[in-house]
Order: sequence, then structure tokens, then C-alpha cells
Amino acid sequence: MDAKVAVPSKLQARNLNFYYGKFHALKNINLDIAEKRVTAFIGPSGCGKSTLLRVFNRMFELYPEQRAEGEIVIDGEDILKSKEDVALVRAKIGMIFQKPTPFPMSIYDNIAFGVRLFERLTRAQMDERVEWALRKAALWNEVKDKLQQSGTSLSGGQQQRLCIARGIAVRPEVILLDEPCSALDPISTSKIEELIEELKADFTVAIVTHNMQQAARVSDYTAYMYLGEMIEFGETDQIFIKPARKETEDYITGRFG
Amino acid sequence: MSSGDHSSKQYDAELEQMRSRILHMGGLVESQLRIALEAFEKADVALADGAIEADRRVNELEIELDRLVSHVIARRQPTAGDLRMIMGVAKAIVDIERIGDEASKIARAAKWLREKGGNFRLNRIPDIRACGDVAHTMLRRSLDAFARLDAQAAAAIIRDDAGVDERFRAILRQLVTFMMEDPRSISAAIDTVWAAKAIERIGDHAKNIAEHVIFVAQGADVRHTSPDEVERTVAQGR
Repeated sequence: MDAKVAVPSKLQARNLNFYYGKFHALKNINLDIAEKRVTAFIGPSGCGKSTLLRVFNRMFELYPEQRAEGEIVIDGEDILKSKEDVALVRAKIGMIFQKPTPFPMSIYDNIAFGVRLFERLTRAQMDERVEWALRKAALWNEVKDKLQQSGTSLSGGQQQRLCIARGIAVRPEVILLDEPCSALDPISTSKIEELIEELKADFTVAIVTHNMQQAARVSDYTAYMYLGEMIEFGETDQIFIKPARKETEDYITGRFG
Repeated sequence: MSSGDHSSKQYDAELEQMRSRILHMGGLVESQLRIALEAFEKADVALADGAIEADRRVNELEIELDRLVSHVIARRQPTAGDLRMIMGVAKAIVDIERIGDEASKIARAAKWLREKGGNFRLNRIPDIRACGDVAHTMLRRSLDAFARLDAQAAAAIIRDDAGVDERFRAILRQLVTFMMEDPRSISAAIDTVWAAKAIERIGDHAKNIAEHVIFVAQGADVRHTSPDEVERTVAQGR
């Protein structure tokens, strides 16, 4: 199916196919990711939703036997064919993973690390950037008095927000979240969900989640995937109230398998 | 809309319980209405008391069903067809309970007629019976459509409501004539107006139930549209 959105789209997948060696993991995906909106990907394990997210920022290129065909267009440029440095692509399209992955360094340096790769900032500018990113990630008030403490000393939920701050600090345009709350308790989860709502004022967000209610809560658009195909895509209200496909209905109402 | 076969059997059981309770509640109200209409036609106090008494059980079921609806929403976070079913049940409960209230009003009008004595002609004018029959049939068919989630059948019921409204206006015209001819009939005529108004409202509630059925079955909101539009929408639905 073709998934079009009513608002300007930031990123478009066109006839996208992806292979892990011989395994055909994504089958002819056509999808628009709406700008400054949240798009959620749901579906059972192995349906290809995390794979799709990894293709969006060329994460798969770390592995030689994996390949993508088709186009991923961002701002009119196909990033799969682009000669652009993959690090620059990833600065533009940041990714947050399931388990928080703070670097073994101070909270301040966790944020500054990525920024130093791409920009030369004065100390004052860097201080400003670190504060900005931590504020955006709703973490500033909790860590402002201990910026020199290790990032790993924070709680799980705080670590995840630190990782989001780190991703934001390089001022990406798209943020990819792969199961960002599955290792977190309900309070940390609701803080991250609140944060996602705020992030979309500045960024385009795509989130993969096993938690259907989370997709329903945070997203504007939802894609249901199964066995590497995108079965249905639509506005989140429509998907959760009146899905067009029986497969989607069966999955979201818990009649699966 | 799918049914049954959730991965969670308990969830299936809860939805099935909800469905069977609302149909039970509907069945009670249907029989309550039948008794109330007969009580009115015969101005029979014993029958009327029976209809009024039956409303208690209906009210209890309303509370029980509301609790069940809250329980399922809180525990299951229903989506898609399940969500629409629960929304439909929550709304239909209100209409069914109101029909129970309207049936009690008809029964009370029957008692007033008997208590005041005198003229038992007005309660027997043929349009009252015809109007009551149509409303009663609409209720039965809307519950039937709910049981089978039959959007086509529901669309047909919506069309019938115009017939009830038309008969209600005919009844009013006749009653006005009676009152002008014989002022002694005014008291009985007013009681008859109450009953006729209650019947007219029952038609509206049965129509609402039919609209809920279409929403549950097809996800289409057909409220505030013409019967023609409703039929078109339903024909386009799945």
C-alpha cells in the first residue's frame, strides 16, 4: 500500500526493499513520514519495523551482508545513494535505542561529545548548547547541579532522556526512537511520552513500539507492519477506531496468532 | 468488526457478558413497553403497576452494565471493533434505560385515566395503538440488529421513525378536536398526550440504538443525517 500524509512530509520511502543476506526483510515499502509529527510503527516481533527505522539512517551499513534497494528521500535527496558521509546522515537523523546507552563520561560530555564532531563551539556556546539540549529533553532541572557527574550514575529513565538530549544536541531534523521505553518504569515512560509530544514542535519523530497503547498515545500517524510488509497506514485515530484492514483490526484488538 | 477469539479468553468472556446483559436489558424493556401500552389501552391499573415495577430491574441493569463498561475500558484499553462495541453499548444503555422511563410514563398515564374515571375513549383511538405498535416494533428490531450487528437492518429502522412522528402529530390533531368539541374530555386528552409523547420519544430512542448499531458495525457516524444518506453510507460500508 502507499502511505500518504495530509501534511508536508519530511522523509519518503519509495519502493524500499531490504535484505539480511537472502532474507527479504522489507517488501516494497512506500511511506511518507510527516514533518514535525510523530509516526508510530507497530506490529509483531520480526515484522520489520525496527529494520525500517535502521534503514532510515543507514544504520544497516555497519553490516556487509545487509542491503537496501529503493529510495529514502529526505529533503529531496536519496540518502541511500548519497555520497554524503554516513555520520552526517546520522547527525541529521538521530536514533535512540531500547536500552539507554550513555557514554562512560560526564553528563556534560555525553552531550558535548557529538556536537564536537560536527561543530567548533566556544566554551560558552557549548554550555549553552548543553543546557538547550538538556532542557529540550526535560532533564535540565534534574541534572543542572551535577553536570560533571557520570552519565551512568543517573536512573534508567534519566539515562534515556540523556540519550535523547545527546541526539538532539547535534540538532537533527528527524529523531528515530526504537522502543525507547521498554526498559523503563511507568513514570519514566510517561516522562518520555510527554517529551515526545514536545519534541515534535521542532523535530520529525518516528517511533517503534511494542506497546500499542503507547503508539495510540503519542503518535499522529500509525503504520501497521507484518512480515516485512506495511499492511496499513493512517491517522492514529483512524487506525485505532476504524482500521480498514482486518489484519490490523486483529492485531490491535489482541486477536493475533 | 471481528468477534471472539482474543488471545485473552477472559476478554472474550467480558465482551460476551456485556453483549448478553444489554440484550437482556433490552428484552426487559421491550416487555415493559408491551405491558404499558396494553395498560394504557385498557386503562388497567394492575398492568400499569406491573410496567412501573419492571423499570426497577431495568435501572439496576443500567448500573450493572455501566460498571462492566468501565471495567473493560480500565482493564483492556479496547481498540477498533472492540472500542466501537463498548462505545455502542455505553450509548445504547442510556437509550434503553430512557425507553424504560418512557414506558413508565405511559403506565402512569394509564393510572391517571382510571383514577379520574369517566371517558375511556381517547386512549383507544386507533392511532395511539398504531403508533405504539410501530415504536414497539422499532425497539424490537433495533435490539435484533444490535444482537446481529446488522447495519442494513438498522438503516431500515431509522427510516421508520418518521412514521412514528407523523402519527404523533395526527394524534395531537385528533385530541385537539376532541377537546374543542367537549371540554370535559380535556383531562383525559392531556393524559393521552403524555402517553403519545412518550411513544414518540421511544421511537427516537429506538432510532438512536439503530444508529449505534451502524457505528459499531461499520464505524460510520450517521447521526443527524437523512434516512437516504444513512442507507447510502451503510451500502458503502464493509
